[in-house]
Amino acid sequence: MDMNQYLTMFIDESNDHLQSLNENMLQLESNPDDIGIVQIIFRSAHTLKGMAATMGYEDLASLTHQMENVLDLVRNEKLKMQDFIFDTLFKSLDALESMVQDITEGGDGKADVSSIVASLQSIVRGEGASSGGAAAEGDNSAVAVQGIELDEFQFSVLDQSISEGHKVLYIQVTLREDCQLKAVRAYMVFETLERSGEIVKTYPDVQEIEQGEFDRVFSLYYITQRETQDIESQILGVSEIETTTVVALDHESLQQMVQESAATAEAVKPQVSEAAPAAVASPEAKSPSAPAKESKAPARNAGGGNPSRTIRVDIERLDVLMNLFSELLIDRVRLEQLASESKNQELTDTVEHMSRVSSDLQNIVLKLRMVPVDTVFNRFPRMVRDLAKTLDKKIDLIITGAETELDRTVIDEIGDPLVHLLRNSADHGVEPVADRIAAGKPETGTVHLRAFHSGNNVFIEIEDDGRGIYRDKILKNALAKGVVTEAEAATMTDDEVNQLLFAPGFSTAEKISDVSGRGVGLDVVKSKIVALGGNVTIYSTPGKGTNFSVQLPLTLSIIAAMLIRMGSEKYAIPLSSIVETGIIKRGQIKHVHGSRMIQFRESLIPVISLSRLFEIPDFDEELEEETEIVVIRKGDRLAALTIDDFIGQSEIVIKNLGKYLPAIQGVSGATILGDGQVALIIDANAFIK
Amino acid sequence: MGEEIKVIVFRLGEEEYGIEVDKVQTIERMMPITRVPKTYAFVKGVINLRGVVIPVINLRGRFGLEEVEATDQTRVIIVAVNDMQVGFIVDSASDVIDLNTDSIDNPPEVVGGIKAKYLRGVAKVGEERLLVMLNLSEVLNKSEIIQLEGLEE
Repeated sequence: MDMNQYLTMFIDESNDHLQSLNENMLQLESNPDDIGIVQIIFRSAHTLKGMAATMGYEDLASLTHQMENVLDLVRNEKLKMQDFIFDTLFKSLDALESMVQDITEGGDGKADVSSIVASLQSIVRGEGASSGGAAAEGDNSAVAVQGIELDEFQFSVLDQSISEGHKVLYIQVTLREDCQLKAVRAYMVFETLERSGEIVKTYPDVQEIEQGEFDRVFSLYYITQRETQDIESQILGVSEIETTTVVALDHESLQQMVQESAATAEAVKPQVSEAAPAAVASPEAKSPSAPAKESKAPARNAGGGNPSRTIRVDIERLDVLMNLFSELLIDRVRLEQLASESKNQELTDTVEHMSRVSSDLQNIVLKLRMVPVDTVFNRFPRMVRDLAKTLDKKIDLIITGAETELDRTVIDEIGDPLVHLLRNSADHGVEPVADRIAAGKPETGTVHLRAFHSGNNVFIEIEDDGRGIYRDKILKNALAKGVVTEAEAATMTDDEVNQLLFAPGFSTAEKISDVSGRGVGLDVVKSKIVALGGNVTIYSTPGKGTNFSVQLPLTLSIIAAMLIRMGSEKYAIPLSSIVETGIIKRGQIKHVHGSRMIQFRESLIPVISLSRLFEIPDFDEELEEETEIVVIRKGDRLAALTIDDFIGQSEIVIKNLGKYLPAIQGVSGATILGDGQVALIIDANAFIK
Repeated sequence: MGEEIKVIVFRLGEEEYGIEVDKVQTIERMMPITRVPKTYAFVKGVINLRGVVIPVINLRGRFGLEEVEATDQTRVIIVAVNDMQVGFIVDSASDVIDLNTDSIDNPPEVVGGIKAKYLRGVAKVGEERLLVMLNLSEVLNKSEIIQLEGLEE
């Protein structure tokens, strides 16, 4: 069978499972006694194993298999989760991730996992674990898999359930001889049963059943409140089932049944173990439908019902849709122009209606590309956990607003800058436990990661309650590095001093930790975020903590802009960087120390001649007595651009200039106007130093 | 035996040039070009090619030939190399011919003042006709192009 067609599905689902494994492991780490979480983890690992085996990725399968063995002991309460077990399991997850990554990049997913496998095996054997008893019992459970023999724990669960007035049923299901997908049918039976009770033990083992590795019959122990007949009819409701036997058990019959099966177990054993290696080869096992369906179950369990009804769409298709839509938008603007010229009422009405429809459409198209920031945030809990371990600190990461949505293109880019900032907070912000206690703070530091909407922006804040930033230390370092002069340093506000951390020269300091440690690579973070059309600011109170606030645009593809004319040329200035427009007289321009300035509100701001910067051939404001200006803003600094004329405000679709042209300072892209002409988009940020 | 290739033939002044047809996306008539400030002199600007913004180069300027006014013979050849789409302004483009790669000789030291490294070779077509085959990735190579000055006032 050609596996390639399932490869994307495999990769997507594997990543989903790895993510859920990571998340649940973290949860388990904070509630080590919650067996419910172990169950979810087990199922995820199990599905992953099945998928990997089906696709022929043996290293992946064998590693997950070992993880499963450990988890199986944990969920049966034969092994208590401990730090070293968590560490080994996390290490396994990392290994799995890199294997899946390798597969994604076209590799064969092979990796040397022998050392991790060995440590997992030693955990199963009970070595290194403080509970010496786990070893012996662990081995027992491996035997107990064969036959419908119950181990002591399972037996006592069933026995106790009977005492508590639950129904304990022994169910045997026989599939029709012509049943095509045995594993799927079995899975459907399991799912039906799990809706109204709990399956305690199956024969053959669940994983063998899921791989279709059984003849036509499988049986299980089941605890429920429902009537025997109810259950029977539910099972028969699944298609391709021939018969089912449902027997209600009491204390005695349970005892008897277990003894009988224990006797036959010995006889069955060789047969089963022989069949096990063949599992991968059986055709049903290769069918992806079983693992695919299975994978939905843990998600549902974790989410508490309400499965989200979504489909996966290739991002490239969305890009095509976006491009087509932007062409529609260009035509719309053109139509509006024509309609207003022709003064035909019917045409105007139609165009107006079309405008409304297309702006609704625009909203939908943009929303399609929106992804919750959760997709970026979800890797951080694990990262912060590992960081805290390496740094020997205690850190709580509290995430809020993970459902906030951002354009896919922004999401893809924002991960690395956030990693930097979080590392900074964990590494340099939050103090070691001893220091925190000395400072009268709780020994566990808190890092808040929050995302929220505000206007046309999304803010992502990273706030720690660590030691904060000390002005003196930064200034000292900045002076030493020549980033600022003595005179500048004396007049800088605290916020300006904080912003120094983003200064390019600052980050190259070899040993930055002596300046309350900030500054490693922060200039890279800043430039990346600015390149996305966003901004980042720092607020800090010495001794109390630091807050990095990242501001990002909702989308990168459609913006509101002011169209202007410069002689025969047209340009677009994003509205987000415009403060005000106006007209000034030549006499209002003052010359200060060689540069031209005007009075704007309370301050003097520089006047920038766009015609000179862009060497515009047929316009020069020198010839004008009165000049239109656009006051632009970068952060809290302002400047006035002199222009020829305003055309008006419009929604524009941002197009890039292609790879051939070098980056042109002052131009951030291009757009296509209603008349089909290309207009360049002015990058106001580049004009203000 | 070399392979048979199809070649688009265009003119710059008196000379005929060729580009493999699989590198050429389309040939367009001259269209409005939006000037891009602060870039190479031979970059005439950008055009809107059915919704895609594409930079346009005057190939005469790129080869250091004297630039001429556009006529109704002037064409823009859109090529795509290494993920880049670029339009070449040429004096005219009319012909598509079949060529055997064996008939392409190594470039002579200097052809019509154009540096030989832009050239893949010279193909002899029929008895009289010589076709200069372009080395597109060299023509679009930017490493030799001097860095532009920053935007200072």
